[in-house]
Amino acid sequence: MDSDAVFYTDRSGIVTSNPLLDQLPSYQSLLYRRKSSNGGTKRRPSSRSRLGSSGSWKLSTVTRQEEKQRGQTLQRPIRELAKTINEKRTYKKQQDEARELSSWGQWRQSTRRYLRRLKEEAQGWFSSLKLWRGDIRLIEGMFGTGILSYFSFLRFLVMLNLIIFLIMFSFVILPIIIAPKSSGNITYSQSNGNVCSVYPSSARRGLVVFHEHLTDLLSGGGFLEDTYLFYGYYKVDKIHFAQITYSLPLAYLLATVAYMFLSLIWIVKRSATGFKQNLIQDEDRFQSFCNKIFAGWDFCITDKNAARLKRSSLLYELKTDLEEERIKQKIADRTRKERCRIYLIRLILNFFVIGVLAGCFYSIYLATIFSQEAQMKDEKGNSHIDLIIEYLPSIVITLANFINPLLFSIIINYEDYSPAFEIRFTLMRCVFMRLTSIGVLLFSLWSQITKCKEETCICGYNHVLYSCWETRVGQEMYKLTIFDFIIIAAVTLFVEFPRKMMVQYCDCGVVRWWGQQEFAIPQNVLEIVYGQTICWIGTFYCPILPAICTIKYFFIFYIKKVSLIKNCRPATRPFRASSSHFFFLGVLLIGLALACLPVTVSVAQISSSQACGPFVNYSTSWEVLPATVAQLPNGAQNLLYALSSEVFAVSFFVVTCLAMFYVIALAGAHKRVINQLREQLAMEGRDKRFLIQKLCQAQGNRAVQSKSQPQTRSRSSPSYHTSFSSNFSESVFLAHPPPHSSTHV
Amino acid sequence: MGTSTSQLSKEDVSEYQELTFLTKQEILLAHKRFVELHEDKKNPPDTRHFRLTMDKIVKLPELQCNPFRDRICHVFSTSEQKDGSLTFEDFLDLLSAFSDSATLEIKSHYAFRIFDFDGDGTLGCADLEKLVNCLTGETDDTRLTSEEMRQLINNILEESDIDKDGTVNLSEFQHVISRSPDFVSSFKIVL
Repeated sequence: MDSDAVFYTDRSGIVTSNPLLDQLPSYQSLLYRRKSSNGGTKRRPSSRSRLGSSGSWKLSTVTRQEEKQRGQTLQRPIRELAKTINEKRTYKKQQDEARELSSWGQWRQSTRRYLRRLKEEAQGWFSSLKLWRGDIRLIEGMFGTGILSYFSFLRFLVMLNLIIFLIMFSFVILPIIIAPKSSGNITYSQSNGNVCSVYPSSARRGLVVFHEHLTDLLSGGGFLEDTYLFYGYYKVDKIHFAQITYSLPLAYLLATVAYMFLSLIWIVKRSATGFKQNLIQDEDRFQSFCNKIFAGWDFCITDKNAARLKRSSLLYELKTDLEEERIKQKIADRTRKERCRIYLIRLILNFFVIGVLAGCFYSIYLATIFSQEAQMKDEKGNSHIDLIIEYLPSIVITLANFINPLLFSIIINYEDYSPAFEIRFTLMRCVFMRLTSIGVLLFSLWSQITKCKEETCICGYNHVLYSCWETRVGQEMYKLTIFDFIIIAAVTLFVEFPRKMMVQYCDCGVVRWWGQQEFAIPQNVLEIVYGQTICWIGTFYCPILPAICTIKYFFIFYIKKVSLIKNCRPATRPFRASSSHFFFLGVLLIGLALACLPVTVSVAQISSSQACGPFVNYSTSWEVLPATVAQLPNGAQNLLYALSSEVFAVSFFVVTCLAMFYVIALAGAHKRVINQLREQLAMEGRDKRFLIQKLCQAQGNRAVQSKSQPQTRSRSSPSYHTSFSSNFSESVFLAHPPPHSSTHV
Repeated sequence: MGTSTSQLSKEDVSEYQELTFLTKQEILLAHKRFVELHEDKKNPPDTRHFRLTMDKIVKLPELQCNPFRDRICHVFSTSEQKDGSLTFEDFLDLLSAFSDSATLEIKSHYAFRIFDFDGDGTLGCADLEKLVNCLTGETDDTRLTSEEMRQLINNILEESDIDKDGTVNLSEFQHVISRSPDFVSSFKIVL
């Protein structure tokens, strides 16, 4: 840029104002956008000084420009103009006078205004109904938008779980409840006397001690087993209302599919806004410096402490990002030998990580098998030990999820990545760890369920041990949910609170090194995504689980809020609102995908238990759908068969791929055009400056010439609206300026 | 001289609703806070003409911790003396620009003016340096080193200066803001 500097520059490199530049049409349009109405500018006195140097002709061109643009702004509502209220008022009055609307036009305008007002009030009313509005505003004021995104994510999950529960309730539970009231006739599935359909009752008999009730509540067994809570209770086949026959198995299956789809669509819709902007950005840096600087300060912070923290976290973030740039440079400069060494270290450490993960998964597998076998033994041991054995898989999972992140964050230090990549990679490992542990638990459960003494099970599953295996799976999911909630509450009460007490009152070295608890957003988000994945898997086996999860997240909100305000300080490395929005929903989608897998496998592959549940009369849960389709009229049947055939699937896939390739090609073409336009803009700027330099030279030459000739010539600067030729002297075209001519300082 | 009223008339409120992005409740709340800031119970201020000085306005909790509070007052002030004092209508303008329903164009327009410390219509190197120092803190140990500052300003100009003249003008600023996902959520003040 220095080589083609054509301006008068003073030593500090600031461009001094050039009277010619001020007359450019582009500058005039800028002024108009900044200035108020042509009556005068109260706010920008400096712009007046730039305007002042030219003659009176310029005002006429300015007004002409302004009128053209004012015509364009007629369509926009008044409040979108960047003016003061007074100026908007006068502008509006001018507009109304100029327009002279007929009474029909006025009536239309006033109705439009009234409807808009109504819509705004309705929106305001709706947003005031939003849950936890005041609390979230308080958190935003104290901690900024990064942590706020965690709490609004929690609120989203509460809403999602509530809607899922409403779906399951209204399609599965409600018909059973209202059947007797509306004189519906319930047909129960008949047990065909088969050995598979024996279902021993697990209710406790005789005198039941209170702590056994508590044990039952915590483990989902005993009196809870044969209730609406679990799959096994829904032994209904059809409900005959007055006009229609309601098939409960079909409703159960379709409600499951519906809630999976609904979750998917809602999450995608919520992430679509952030995603669009990230796609449009053509930089490879995810978070640009401009975003950090121009949108860096949360204007909603009201707390002094929070402001100080925000400043220090911004400083830290900027320093880290600048350092990362330098590190990237260093990485690019690495020699070959160093690179081989680093790759070797990374390989070894990755193997170590895989080994650690494999060890964790194996211990989860062992714990599940041990727990299941111990429960089957049915000895009346100490009830506390029994409870611990029942919760053993949950305990092992929680321990693994506690130790592994610490281990990963130590290991990553030796792998020598750039800081941002380190954080992301550790996070990926933790996500993988948490969500796969649920999969391992389920896998080990299924290996138990489908393992019989003989080679192949008679009923397709182990009917001796698991007469109603879906209820058992539901119970495991229920236990995981309860344990998760207990752990979150316990950690807050018994770890964070004493830690804060210690930091506040005890000033020894160890305590100061440990420091106050940081509110680490990624770990907290992983916790609740883990809980949500369990909910998604468990709803098929335990239809009331979404309601339990809603209540659980409701309490977690308040626990976390109190913990944040009293015990924690925000993390030093800030979590940006936009990237966190993306991260939360991305992890949630991974959780949803992982949740779909076990449910699909169990619905389609494993035989449904024949002693309980709505699918007694079908071999697998999925089979109810083909059976129902076979009863539909022929036309609908053929249509549905065509939709599910391979031909349709393949052609649909091919069409989708073509559409995707087209859109990718279009995006690539747009990117190229944008780059060309940017280069053109830069070139235009340089052209402009070059021409101005020539003009200045020409003026200077003419001034020199006119000194020798006593004629008076107009010294006003040439207007762009007159032709160039009449104002240019030949000297411009004759000589190339030397690099350090008299026009340069 | 009209009577000085401390209550807003209905026509005034509906006119303000028309001319700003604020809802009726927000306008009334703003009026209440404005009157409270005046701190003189005996003489309630006249909405159209009375000006609150800048040192009273920055006592608002929403503006107290804001490093840009002086710039905000100067940008929205319509006073002849350029002392940053605000009438009630200036105050409404301020809240309207920072409200939830303001358009991105309005927000970026005012953000540009707030960040333009020397008022020359573009963001030059000096403006950017002052901006970064406001964000990180004014004391010596919270500033970036000059080396880091230069690197940062180079990065910013590389990203946003399209015509390569060393400054960011309004169009370039609005262009880079339109691609900045955090801006709308952070450029917000709600009473």
